[in-house]
Amino acid sequence: MEIVVLVKRVPDSEAQVQVKPDGSGVTVEERYGMNFFDSLAVEEALRIKEKFGGRVTAISLGPSQSVEVLRTAIAMGVDDAILLEEEALLGGDEYATARALAAAVKTLPYDLVLCGREAFDDSSGVVGPVVAQFLGIPSVTMVTKVEVEPEQRKVKVEREAEGGRELIEAPLPALLTAQKGLNEPRVPPVMGVVKAMKAQIKKLDLGSLGLGPEEVGQKGAKLEVLRYIEPPKRRAVKYIKGEPPEMVKELIELLKTEAKAL
Amino acid sequence: MAGIWVYAEHHDGKLKKVTFELLGKGRELAQGRGEELGAILLGKDLDPLAEELSPYADRVHCLESPMLEVYNCDAFLEALSSFSAERNPSMIMAGATYQARDLFPALAGRLQKGIVVDCLGVELADGGRFLLRKPIYGGKALVEVAFKEEPQLVLVRPRTFPPAEPRSERAEVSKEQVEIDPTKVRLKVLEVMKTTGEKVDITEADVIVCGGRGLKDPENFKLLEELAEVLGGVVGATRAVVDAGWRPQEDQVGKSGKTVSPNLYFAVGLSGAVHHVMGMDTSKVVVAINRDPMAPIFQYADYGLVADLFQVVPLLAEELKKELGK
Ligand SMILES: Cc1cc2nc3c(=O)[nH]c(=O)nc-3n(C[C@H](O)[C@H](O)[C@H](O)COP(=O)(O)OP(=O)(O)OC[C@H]3O[C@@H](n4cnc5c(N)ncnc54)[C@H](O)[C@@H]3O)c2cc1C
Ligand SMILES: Nc1ncnc2c1ncn2[C@@H]1O[C@H](COP(=O)(O)O)[C@@H](O)[C@H]1O
Repeated sequence: MEIVVLVKRVPDSEAQVQVKPDGSGVTVEERYGMNFFDSLAVEEALRIKEKFGGRVTAISLGPSQSVEVLRTAIAMGVDDAILLEEEALLGGDEYATARALAAAVKTLPYDLVLCGREAFDDSSGVVGPVVAQFLGIPSVTMVTKVEVEPEQRKVKVEREAEGGRELIEAPLPALLTAQKGLNEPRVPPVMGVVKAMKAQIKKLDLGSLGLGPEEVGQKGAKLEVLRYIEPPKRRAVKYIKGEPPEMVKELIELLKTEAKAL
Repeated sequence: MAGIWVYAEHHDGKLKKVTFELLGKGRELAQGRGEELGAILLGKDLDPLAEELSPYADRVHCLESPMLEVYNCDAFLEALSSFSAERNPSMIMAGATYQARDLFPALAGRLQKGIVVDCLGVELADGGRFLLRKPIYGGKALVEVAFKEEPQLVLVRPRTFPPAEPRSERAEVSKEQVEIDPTKVRLKVLEVMKTTGEKVDITEADVIVCGGRGLKDPENFKLLEELAEVLGGVVGATRAVVDAGWRPQEDQVGKSGKTVSPNLYFAVGLSGAVHHVMGMDTSKVVVAINRDPMAPIFQYADYGLVADLFQVVPLLAEELKKELGK
């Protein structure tokens, strides 16, 4: 089984995010790591490899610091890592990012492409299915269970769906996006961390992806960012004091008259 | 022009509520641009649903095929992508639901168009351009974007817009029997397991009573069930509680669960961790009940009760029962 995993460097969910006063961007506290759902994708790829053999390659598109998440992937057990860090590739929307990532996947043999349910920063869940369309393979999102049948060239997955679950069979190659519940990602062993520090991270530029600068990054994006906005603030909490019976009466009164929520 | 379309998602013969919310917003946008408002239905035997949609849209497009009876991303993608490529609507709106989040990103890839997911605002600017607003970094900031090309694919968070009012005019219903090349349908849906029964999905509920680890025991969730019932609401859960197996996965609110936006949200015995708050911070009114005055949930609440939930919740249910005459 040849598996490709897409991993993104994103801010930690606890990181402070500040919208710039002129709305031109956001300032994000320097606390970054591998996107949580992507770590589930890496873990699943490693489990499949441990069962059936083959290779796992991680790919990330982002600024040069994205090398950190690729090292994390290698420390977990991934065999190879590819970084797409060229300036022209950055700053695009999910569509443009997917286009570049798909071109990178195409440079490799693959039976399965795994990625996260969504990236923490844009929370879109778009890149995976768009990559699948560029590759001409089927996609299944939000999977919580994966069973590969290499000889049959197929994979059976369970996905979270409206009101329950769906059991779906896809021929290989296919793209799957990882949802919580799929597995518990491993903590990189010390040996892995040592290996990761020394590992060679391959870089692919636009030329080797076979793409022009107008097809990727901001130029290749389908969306134009106009401005960033501070989210609306909830007014300060009103504490309701007293013994429980009084509290309850006052709360009901406020919900009726002030909040008009009853 | 083929107009603005609303994807009319349905399950077990029932249209999803968000469809009507989008038809309300869609009407405003279509009028603003002088376009037609369409509803688009995919499935088998769609007459009753088309009838139900008729007072809300100018046209109902029914794409029928036996292969569309059960949701299958590949089959739906074939039908929807060829129909939209043929008609070229200016926008297709859908709810940010499990189904649309599976189908529409693939549609964006197939049509080579952009998509905005989890929209919290759609406005028509001067010059007829749509401005879309969506949360980033789990809601710590919002971004306003516009499309460079059409059709624009937009998935809106359920309960963002009020439902449409029916009109006296009826829509024109156009029916198409679609041919889907079976070799293009690579996915096989082997089984659909319904676990929730008739229960209202938490993303559609008007009132949610959400419980956390402070409930101590799965048995105690019946206190929340009682409160929810009085209010005509449903019970949600934190990840801690879902991971412990106390509550089903489909009830999880938060980053790795569902994003909800009810009118009234009770946060009971839960701390208000960022991952949880990301899934509920667009709720209209939030009441927090926690015995720890330092619990972060109070920063996201309108009303705070620093109290033991076991004392407050049963009393609240009882008083509300009297109050609401139940
Ligand atoms: C990548 C990632 C994704 C995550 N996604 C989610 C998600 O989608 N949803 C989610 O909820 N969490 C999520 N989490 C977990 C989250 O960080 C918290 O661990 C979790 O929300 C805590 O659950 P809790 O509030 O029930 O429990 P706790 O944090 O243990 O809080 C229990 C609260 O109950 C109060 N309490 C106890 N007894 C009483 C009493 N008798 N009366 C009143 N109050 C009482 C306590 O004061 C405390 O504040 C995620 C975490 C990660 C790392
Ligand atoms: N820049 C990127 N580099 C590598 N993988 C990415 C990148 N952006 C998105 N992905 C993958 O696509 C998934 C969904 O991302 P998104 O559509 O941005 O929410 C992520 O969980 C990653 O697995």
